Amino acid sequence: MTYIAKPKFRHPDLEPNTRGFTRRDYEGKVSTLCAGCGHDSISAAIIQAVYELDLEPHRIAKLSGIGCSSKTPDYFLGLSHGFNSVHGRMPSVLTGANLANRDLIYLGVSGDGDSASIGFGQFAHSIRRAVNMVYIVENNGVYGLTKGQFSATSDKGSKSKRGVVNHDAPIDLVTLALDLGATYVARSFSGDKHQLVPLIKGAILHHGAAFIDCLSPCVAFNNHEGSTKAYDYIRNHNEAVNRLDVIEPRETIEIDHAPGTLEIVTQHDGSKLRLRKIHPEYDPSDRLDALAYLAERQSKGEIVTGLLYVDPGAQDLHDYQNTVAAPLNTLSDSQLVPGSSALEKINASLR
Amino acid sequence: MAGAGRSVALQPTDTKSPDYFHKVVDCQWACPAHTPVPEYIRLIAAGRYADAYMINWRSNVFPGILGRTCDRPCEPACRRGRVEEEPVAICRLKRVAADNKGEVSARMPHAPPQKNGKRIACVGAGPASLTVARDLAEIGYEVIVFDGEKKSGGMIRSQIPRFRLPENVIDEEVDYITGIGNIELRLDQPIVSMKALLVEQYDAIFVGCGAPRGRDLDIPGRVEAAANIHVGIDWLSNVSFGHIDKIGKRVIVLGGGNTAMDCCRTSRRLGGEDVKVVVRSGFDEMKASPWEKEDAMHEGIPILNFLTPKAFIHQNGKLTGMTFEVVAAKYDEKGRRSLVPTGEPDQHFECDDVLIAVGQENAFPWIERDAGIAFDKWGLPELNGGTFQSTQAKVFFGGDSAYGPKNIIWAVAHGHDAAISIDLFCQGKDVSVRPPPVVQMSSQKMGIHEWSYDNDISADIRFKSAHRPLAESLGNLHIESELGFDQKVGFLEAQRCLNCDVQTVFNAPLCIECDACVDICPMDCITFTENADEDTLRSNLTAPALNKSQDIMVSAPLKQTGRVMAKDEDVCLHCGLCAERCPTGAWDMQRFLLDTAKAGACAR
Repeated sequence: MTYIAKPKFRHPDLEPNTRGFTRRDYEGKVSTLCAGCGHDSISAAIIQAVYELDLEPHRIAKLSGIGCSSKTPDYFLGLSHGFNSVHGRMPSVLTGANLANRDLIYLGVSGDGDSASIGFGQFAHSIRRAVNMVYIVENNGVYGLTKGQFSATSDKGSKSKRGVVNHDAPIDLVTLALDLGATYVARSFSGDKHQLVPLIKGAILHHGAAFIDCLSPCVAFNNHEGSTKAYDYIRNHNEAVNRLDVIEPRETIEIDHAPGTLEIVTQHDGSKLRLRKIHPEYDPSDRLDALAYLAERQSKGEIVTGLLYVDPGAQDLHDYQNTVAAPLNTLSDSQLVPGSSALEKINASLR
Repeated sequence: MAGAGRSVALQPTDTKSPDYFHKVVDCQWACPAHTPVPEYIRLIAAGRYADAYMINWRSNVFPGILGRTCDRPCEPACRRGRVEEEPVAICRLKRVAADNKGEVSARMPHAPPQKNGKRIACVGAGPASLTVARDLAEIGYEVIVFDGEKKSGGMIRSQIPRFRLPENVIDEEVDYITGIGNIELRLDQPIVSMKALLVEQYDAIFVGCGAPRGRDLDIPGRVEAAANIHVGIDWLSNVSFGHIDKIGKRVIVLGGGNTAMDCCRTSRRLGGEDVKVVVRSGFDEMKASPWEKEDAMHEGIPILNFLTPKAFIHQNGKLTGMTFEVVAAKYDEKGRRSLVPTGEPDQHFECDDVLIAVGQENAFPWIERDAGIAFDKWGLPELNGGTFQSTQAKVFFGGDSAYGPKNIIWAVAHGHDAAISIDLFCQGKDVSVRPPPVVQMSSQKMGIHEWSYDNDISADIRFKSAHRPLAESLGNLHIESELGFDQKVGFLEAQRCLNCDVQTVFNAPLCIECDACVDICPMDCITFTENADEDTLRSNLTAPALNKSQDIMVSAPLKQTGRVMAKDEDVCLHCGLCAERCPTGAWDMQRFLLDTAKAGACAR
């Protein structure tokens, strides 16, 4: 939380992107979250990703529910569309918005309370319906706004700030997302923007349901000894399986790695995901292997991060529903109300 | 950064060394007298003009004079000029403090009742000598100041025209010095022999007689038309002391320095209607300060460049004009400039008078060559670097007479250093062992989001100082043409100061590498990265640090990742947001106050 507005001055060498925007132009209001909150770093990573992708702010809609994480859309992309929905209901509102206007880029921002508790069902259904979106959970494993109770993603055996041990089994949103058919699944850490920014860029370019579980320490209530979501704990247990570079369709790809350590995945829009493998045996195109790998590593207390699964040929809700190609608000009256003869035809076909 | 070799990871920056944070305060570092600029600017913003004046007075001795006439080495250095277009108007803010301070004589120091028995002679009553006198009188010395003129002040009084610097300002600030006591001004008493002076029982002698000789121009017609050709600084001095009160209608001023600007503007006030400045060099390379050129042009004085004087034209012993050769600047492969004739026909300008302001020279006709004082081939005294001591141990030099013509603020800085040397010398100590500056660091934290300085950065662009209407100021030599800032504008301009002396202090063991400071920093100054040699590190920063004159602050390795925190000081706004967003207090905003040592600091 800061009282003064962030000064408008920027570094004199800050480059504008091809749309004429500097990174600063993608900022929002100054954050009111606690100092040191991981969520602010995720906001900064989103800003960086959108800037690097040369996206125009008005092409993006950011949606959120309730909670610390869901406050953050106020702190980035101040020139974009936004909808702050009811607790846990972000996925439904996003699905509806996406159906109405398929041309926007949808950025759903949620937290572990918003997605793993009150909005658990909403989360599940938006994923299984393959809504074309980026769904980011800012996961701090604690109810920060209500002063530090365990959340549904708190690990069993971890301790609260007051020393209470959590006995409930945790919900792993990555495993669930894989199970429910998400076609781009990643896990990252707010304290590692080198990993996080490309993952967000890849998710934005992905056609289909992209899910990112981003560990984000709560400095006020979950950054102590015994916490498994603290800065030092995550750093000590982070097992990155790969490093991602996102190459946009217009860019040429550089290969500077030994064969076998590099994998290039071409997505729907021609963008390429260049994966530098850290664990050579890990194959992000195999969903079942990914699930098994995650289970095995998680049982050893490791936090597996990186691009965990991607299906480059994925389809989305609109493809499955065979909806009209244009946003609804661009359709003319005659297209929307085709008249009684069209109705006759439909009725006849159903008889 | 000290000790940074290529391909060697940098050592953590030693911020305990006074120079590190001093350099961050660009204005103070650039000021020869190292005046704590942001400190007094904050006091101006707070309406504490007298306090602001006294900080200046301690450091630069002549705040009212310098607030009007300083060469402002601080302003080109000002960080604000790298953040946006223009630096803070530091010089004119100093004037705001001087103009609004009210009565300050009660705050002025007094000589101790007990003198220390040492007597010092100062030759010349200009800024260097007066600074020496002030610093020494206050700690018990008896100082006798000699000057050939009837009034004190040296070039401040003789060369700077009254429309830029009213006489009462000079009188007031000279009086503050003599008011200390133990200072005797012996005016109208030119020193004609150093040997004679050495025989008198002074414990030390300070030579601050300036660079009194204006360079002449030996070209055809100089002798024949001498009646209407004047050497600039002598002419200004004659105007200043009332010996000259008019000049011809058409005047040519030769030279591109500040003296030339004073000459042409003075001519406009003494009857000159068609006054022009003719300069050999190009406009941008002229020595005059940009604002002085601006003021001259504002008074309808054209500046003609790339013209080399060729001859004074005269008829029957009367000057009628001048001819000039047209030249162009050519640069060789080393970037050295030479002015070569273009072959175009010479230019001729008619005129009634010519003022020659093409430079000044040192002259010591009164120092016998066998007085034990060695001079170099340029006629300047050989001085023991930084101590201002000549080869005759009890004689010290300062101001223009030490290293050639500079300006008032350099003279003051020399004066302070020479006074330290004289004090050390008189106490029988080694003059080359210099007393260190006094440095204070104090946290500005008042509460979670509260600082004891105003960290909200003003977006205002530089304010312009008000001027009297031309018709009014051109009519009178004695009426000040520039009005300065009023209190309201002074406040707004003061708010433009970035408080660079409120330092970003980083305590590495407390850092949890949460990136909060990186994310909030509006100027991308902060990066957490692998340590490397300086060049690599500079290029690896979020915003590559290309301005090598500005340091990078590098932390010790951090405990979670072993990376380092690297902060580029170049365009930091000192807004304190890094510290505000820091959850552990690893960042703190601490006021850095550096006072250079003055005479007496380590002599007892």
